[in-house]
Amino acid sequence: MIPRNARFWTGAAAVIVLAVIVSLSRANEYFFFAGFVVLQSVVLATAWNILGGYAGYVNFGTAAFFGIGAYMAVVVINATGAPLAVQILAGAAVSGLLGLGTGLLTMRLRGIFFSIATVAIIFIAETLITNWRYVGGATGIQLLRPPLMEPFGSYTRMLFVVMAVLAVIAVSIARYIETSWIGRGLQAIRDTEEAAECSGVPTLKLKLFACTVSGALMGAAGAPLPMYLSFLEPASSFSLNYSVAALAGAIIGGTSHWLGPVIGAILLASVQQIVTVTIPGEINVLVVGVLLVVFVVAAPDGVLGLLRKLRGKLRRPRAPAESPS
Amino acid sequence: MSGPLLRVEGVTKYFGGFTALAGVSLDIAQGERFGLIGPNGSGKTTLINCISGSLRNDGGSIAFDGKEISGLPAYRRTRLGIARSFQIPRPFGSMSVLENLQVPLEYVVHRGALHTADTRGEAMQILETMGLADKAATPANGLTQVQLRKLELARAMASRPRLLISDEAMAGLSSSEVEEVIAILGRLNDTGIAIIMIEHIMRAVMRFSQRVICLDAGNIICEGPPEAIVKDSMVQKAYLGA
Ligand SMILES: Nc1ncnc2c1ncn2[C@@H]1O[C@H](COP(=O)(O)OP(=O)(O)O)[C@@H](O)[C@H]1O
Ligand SMILES: [Mg+2]
Repeated sequence: MIPRNARFWTGAAAVIVLAVIVSLSRANEYFFFAGFVVLQSVVLATAWNILGGYAGYVNFGTAAFFGIGAYMAVVVINATGAPLAVQILAGAAVSGLLGLGTGLLTMRLRGIFFSIATVAIIFIAETLITNWRYVGGATGIQLLRPPLMEPFGSYTRMLFVVMAVLAVIAVSIARYIETSWIGRGLQAIRDTEEAAECSGVPTLKLKLFACTVSGALMGAAGAPLPMYLSFLEPASSFSLNYSVAALAGAIIGGTSHWLGPVIGAILLASVQQIVTVTIPGEINVLVVGVLLVVFVVAAPDGVLGLLRKLRGKLRRPRAPAESPS
Repeated sequence: MSGPLLRVEGVTKYFGGFTALAGVSLDIAQGERFGLIGPNGSGKTTLINCISGSLRNDGGSIAFDGKEISGLPAYRRTRLGIARSFQIPRPFGSMSVLENLQVPLEYVVHRGALHTADTRGEAMQILETMGLADKAATPANGLTQVQLRKLELARAMASRPRLLISDEAMAGLSSSEVEEVIAILGRLNDTGIAIIMIEHIMRAVMRFSQRVICLDAGNIICEGPPEAIVKDSMVQKAYLGA
């Protein structure tokens, strides 16, 4: 049997290589435009799951961390003109700090009160940006894409590859957390915080860690947005749709395993993309809501839960079910 | 050091205007077998919560090994060597029984040196002593009440404590199971672990303990060897009259 780690890293490398090859192919430009969005939602759902899935703290503030990441990129562009990699690092750093701050302020709250507090973060962040002229204020800001980088044939193709790399990084971090002692600690927190503390788990520290990492990855996901759109304005950058999509992707895929948010986000974002080009209007938002409700009611363990059940049924005559890795 | 392992002095705890602990003082020696009794609502669990750090005491002091701990978060106290079971079982429901024990093994016993530790093997050993070995792979939320109580004790044991507090771990157990648990706690005690046993089953407490304290409405009403406690008129009144 191939060791799990080798299998994972082979897969991760394959994803990046594949993204590069496709980006150099003659595939339709629209594919990269849509693919970028799908990969972006993989990063967001994966980031959301670190706090929301592993630790059970349902965060509605994804849009705030994502939007701040995007606007940090604008700040970097305005102030220094530094390249995309720097923009992403800056977005991740500031959103990570925002995550830490949010954690410090809200971690005494549990359940629904925590979730409500995270919604407030979006409004605070959006209001701040709306009133900040330097990054365009309420009307937004137009941005010039830098000259094309070899060997990519278009800027969107390059951003597609960048987002693929970010997705692989996000999933690797989530997987590391999940399979290490940190993941077990977060799981203990989700199950019962009081017993976790009494079993030696530093619950506050772990929750703050999860908030920070989750926020940083969301910020990294947002940072390429200004260059992707060539334009940024607050209302759509801080849209609640990002919050809902991140949460829905993780829940639809299954929150207990790193693969869940990946599957859920790809599924959800792809369906949304298809709906967007076939049916005009805001139907794609409705799709998220309907799918989320269907899964919460009928398959609370998500696609992964369904697959596990299926595998259990198929295997029952021979051996008990085991969890995928 | 020759001082007591645990020193509780004048500990008070209020819930709003209600006094749950009205200045409780007690010492537990290294390796002592200590019984804590008292009618329902007398403050036993509240006292345990204050010692383990699940609640902060409002007044008084709690020292473990001569060091003041009443300001420390619960996880630090567990790492110092205080472990507890919960009266109402609080399993890590989404984990297997074995994984439940791996939490304290990873976060207390082998912290910082995980790669060299066999936490699964150690967890399995503890499960064997508790008679839960055949449930190792079962999800904890699929256990019966009796199994959950055993899991509570097993998980507390897994942090390798110097003081183990068992909060009514035997409620609902059959008399042979009670004997089993007493024997397990006795064996733990033989290795030098001090044990506080909270129990309604008088027979168990009286047989197990070297010293017993009776709480009533947040006050210690009686302290002494078990033989003296059963004869004490205040204790009889608290149990029969309340
Ligand atoms: N978290 C709490 N909030 C309010 N009152 C509480 C709380 N915990 C315990 N009490 C009250 O404190 C008293 C002592 O409870 P407890 O320590 O659980 O008693 P025991 O374990 O001896 O049965 C009871 O009257 C109980 O209702
Ligand atoms: Mg009690």
